[in-house]
Amino acid sequence: MAIKQLTVFVENRQGTIATITDLISAHNINIRALSIAETEDFGILRLIVNDENTAEKILAEHGYLIKITDVVGVKISDEPGKLSEALKVLDENKINMEYLYAFMARTEKHAYVVIRVEDNGAAESALLNAGFKIVTEADICKL
Amino acid sequence: MTQNYYQKEIETMSAEDMKKLQSEKLVKQVKHVYENVPYYRNLMDEKGVKPEDIKGIDDLHKLPFITKADLRDAYPYGLLAKPLEDCVRIQSTSGTTGRRVVAFYTQKDIDLWEECCARAIVAAGGTKKDVCQVAYGYGLFTGGPGLNGGSHKVGCLTLPMSSGNTERQIQFMMDLNATILCCTPSYAAYIGETLKEQGYKPEDIPLKAGIFGAEPWTEEMRRGIEEVLGIKAYDIYGLTETTGPGVSFECSEQTGMHINEDHFYAEIIDPDTGEVLPEGSKGELVFTSLDKEAFPLLRYRTRDICVLSRKKCSCGRTLVKMAKPMGRTDDMLIIRGVNVFPSQIETVLLNEGYQPNYQIVVDRVKNTDTFEVNVEMTPEKFTDKVAEIISMEKSLANAMKAMLGINPAVHLVAPKTIARSEGKAVRVIDKRKLI
Repeated sequence: MAIKQLTVFVENRQGTIATITDLISAHNINIRALSIAETEDFGILRLIVNDENTAEKILAEHGYLIKITDVVGVKISDEPGKLSEALKVLDENKINMEYLYAFMARTEKHAYVVIRVEDNGAAESALLNAGFKIVTEADICKL
Repeated sequence: MTQNYYQKEIETMSAEDMKKLQSEKLVKQVKHVYENVPYYRNLMDEKGVKPEDIKGIDDLHKLPFITKADLRDAYPYGLLAKPLEDCVRIQSTSGTTGRRVVAFYTQKDIDLWEECCARAIVAAGGTKKDVCQVAYGYGLFTGGPGLNGGSHKVGCLTLPMSSGNTERQIQFMMDLNATILCCTPSYAAYIGETLKEQGYKPEDIPLKAGIFGAEPWTEEMRRGIEEVLGIKAYDIYGLTETTGPGVSFECSEQTGMHINEDHFYAEIIDPDTGEVLPEGSKGELVFTSLDKEAFPLLRYRTRDICVLSRKKCSCGRTLVKMAKPMGRTDDMLIIRGVNVFPSQIETVLLNEGYQPNYQIVVDRVKNTDTFEVNVEMTPEKFTDKVAEIISMEKSLANAMKAMLGINPAVHLVAPKTIARSEGKAVRVIDKRKLI
C-alpha cells in the first residue's frame, strides 16, 4: 500500500531546486508534496508526484542521483490534535519514525501526512487499526 | 605463458653487456651535449666536469643534475642539441604545474620512442593480429602519438581515437573488436563504468589487455578496471622531458615496470643531498637520455619518488624494474606539518567502496591549515536519510585520519561534479598563500 517518494541528492547551490522542479513541470508532472532536509554540504529533496517513474527517468537523464523510497501516507481530518493522535499510535506500537511532512488537499477537508518508518507494513496496520485512512498510489494520482 | 619480446636481444641482455652498451652511449652523448648545448656546457664547467672525465656509466654521478627550473629557464630552444632543421616534431607537457615544457625530436628520436612503446605493447601480449584502441589525447600530449607509433611498429590495427567522446569509443571498441585499450587509468575506469551502465558484462567486451599511464593509480584501481573490462591492465610510465610514455612498462608479472635502460639510464637519489642511493632505496628518480639526439637530458630530476629493483623477473627481461612512483616530491602536500599524498586518499576511497573521484581543498585560516576532501556520492550508497549520509562522511573522515594521521572534513557531493577522466583531473586545490 505504501506510496512512492522520489528522493534526490542536491548540492547546496543557488537554483538547484528550481532546476529540478522546472524539469518535472516541463513534462506535465504535478508535485503533490515536497520536503527538503539539508546540512551545510548537501540537501535531500523528497517529492511526492503523480508520475514518479517518468520523473525519475527525466532526473536520472539529467545526471541527478535519485532513488525511489517507499513511505506511508496517512489521511487525517483537518482539525487540531489529529496529527498528534496518529503519531501516538506509532509511538504506542514502538514504530520509529525517520521523518515526516504534511500537505493539504485543495478540495477536501483533509490533510495528508507522509511518514518514513523502517517497517511500512507495521505502521500501516497500526494506523488502520486505530481508524486512520492510509493513502494509496491511486489516491495520490486522483489528488 | 609464452613470452614475446619486441627486441629480445636488448630486453634480455646480460647485465654486463648492458653496462657496456650504456657506457659507450653515455660517453658519446656527453660529448654531443657539451659541444652543442651552451646551457649544458655552462652547467658542466661550473661543476668542473669535462666530457673526457666521463669514461663510462660509473662516472655518471660526476655530472650536474638538470631540473624542471632549468627547462623553464632554457625555454624554448636553450636545451636543443640539434639544428632545428634536423628536428621533425615537438611535444609539450600539459602545464598543469604551470611550467610548460617543449621537447624536440629528430626522426631517430621518434623511432626510438615508438620502439619503446612497441616493447610495452608486446609485453602486454600485443601482436600484429591485435586491434589497438588509442584513447590517450593526440596532439601536444605525448600519450596519443607515443602509443599510436608503438602500435604501428608492432603492426596492430590502430584505432586513433584520441580521448573523449565515450559513446564513440564504445561503438568502435565493440564494432571493430578492439583487443587492446591505451588511455589514462581514470578514463579506462570511466569507459568501464559506462559499459557497465549500458549493460555490458566483461565477457561481452572484446578487450584482452589495457596499457594505462600518465597519472597515478593504485592496485585497487587496477583490480577494479580489470574486473569491469575483463582484461589484464598494464602500467606504463614516461614523461615528456625524456620522451613520453614507454620510458618503462609492465610485463606479465605486474610487479613493477621495466625501464628501457638501453635508452634511459635510471638513478635513485636522495632528494635533499643529491647523493646516489643503492638499489632498493626509496628516493627521487633521475633519468639520463643515452642516445636521444634533439633534446637529450642528462641526470634529469623527475620529482617522482620511486624504488629500483634488479631482481630476476619471470618474464625473462633483464631490464631494471621501477616500482610504481609512490608520489611526487612536488605534489606531496604538507598539511599541518603532515605529508599527504593524493594517492593515499584514493586508496581510502576504494577501500570504503567509493569511486576514486575526489578533490582535496587546502586553505589557511587564522594560521591553521584547513583540509577538506570532496567525494562523489555513489548510487549504491545514496539514501533518503540525512543522518546516514552524515555518518558516511564521518566514517570516511575517520578512515582518512587512520591513513594520514590528520583529520579532514569530508563532503559528499553530487556525482560527476568533480571534473575527471577525459583530461587530467584536478585533484588538489591549494589556496594557501604562504609567501
